[in-house]
Amino acid sequence: MTPDLASGAMSSAEMILFWVVAPIAVISASALIFARRAVTAAVCLVATMVCLAVLYVALDAPFLAMAQVVVYTGAVMMLFVFVLMLVGVDVSDSARETIRGQRMATIVFGIGLVAVFGGAIFRAVLPAPVGIRQEQSGNNPEHVASMIFADYPFTLELVGVLLIAAALGAVVMTHRTRLTPRRTQRERSKERVRSSQVTPYPAPGVYAGRNATDVPAVDAEGRAIETSVPDAIRARGQARQLTGIAHLEIESAEPPEPDPDAPSRAPEPDPDIPDIPDPDLPDVPDVPDPQVPDPPDPPDPEDAEEGSAT
Amino acid sequence: MTPYIVLSTVLFVIGAVTVLVRRGAIVVFMGIELMLNAANLAFVTFARQHGDLSGQVIAFFVMVVAAAEVVVGLAIIVALFRARRTVSVDDENLLRH
Repeated sequence: MTPDLASGAMSSAEMILFWVVAPIAVISASALIFARRAVTAAVCLVATMVCLAVLYVALDAPFLAMAQVVVYTGAVMMLFVFVLMLVGVDVSDSARETIRGQRMATIVFGIGLVAVFGGAIFRAVLPAPVGIRQEQSGNNPEHVASMIFADYPFTLELVGVLLIAAALGAVVMTHRTRLTPRRTQRERSKERVRSSQVTPYPAPGVYAGRNATDVPAVDAEGRAIETSVPDAIRARGQARQLTGIAHLEIESAEPPEPDPDAPSRAPEPDPDIPDIPDPDLPDVPDVPDPQVPDPPDPPDPEDAEEGSAT
Repeated sequence: MTPYIVLSTVLFVIGAVTVLVRRGAIVVFMGIELMLNAANLAFVTFARQHGDLSGQVIAFFVMVVAAAEVVVGLAIIVALFRARRTVSVDDENLLRH
């Protein structure tokens, strides 16, 4: 316990501390109004609360300073950030005013509030500050604890009830009732066997020249299988079209000379099925006839896809 | 002691303006938290002004109540987002029509 803080008045060192910390607190708090993204506002509010904790130490309240850091910056603001993650980090306010003149009225209201508070503060006649330590020697948490448990026991009980009610309330609010019965694995497997696709679905990038996740797989006829790209990428609109990639591939690298011994990746035509022109693929090069002695290049899937898109 | 009270006032006004100006429910909620913090700062300041630890005790209780309030409020926001796919306070207008 430093003796110079025994009186309640602000020492010059405390003044310096205040004028360093207080502007940081105010600036980062004003980010709540001006920050476009909610995450920025949350981080700036954390900075404000840490500044307040520093000021609590200067105000002889070390227990509250610790509680401020642990409860507010550690728990409350992290809860905010988690909810932002659930709701969507990209959520940002629109600058559009929905109620006409609301922003102007808010500015007037804020100035009025400052005027009212300022008038009350500067007209108030405060006695000389007493300071905590004149009557309370010893450490601060002990005294706060003895006051809480000796002088405010009923409040403490009420707060405990409130915390339990809040925890239960959060569970009830976020509980989701299951509307349909749960599908068992047995039902899923039966459905899968009855469906047209029993084998695993193709992974993205199969035969597409690239195996990146945003490149759709190519089926045997050279068409892109859109379902092979993960849903999240498709929902964000980041799935690539196969044609653009095929163009790039052709421009960047000369297609390798086909090895006649290598197994052809092109689908062999079934002699029993007549060759039906596919309306989706207008410019697909003709599949080589197996009887032709010198087969032309087997159609590359990328070429076929390129043709289908043009 | 006056600088602390002025800082508390400024933070409170910033929180109030945030509540009135912003559209996103989460940022509005942060404004409420800032107002509670400003009130806490005033409590602690006056505890030192009067040499009475009751102000610190009340600030402690305010902190606990704010924590409980945050839990319920964020649960409401998550439930709203599930139901309406938005957290903008302007879009929660089911009671209006």
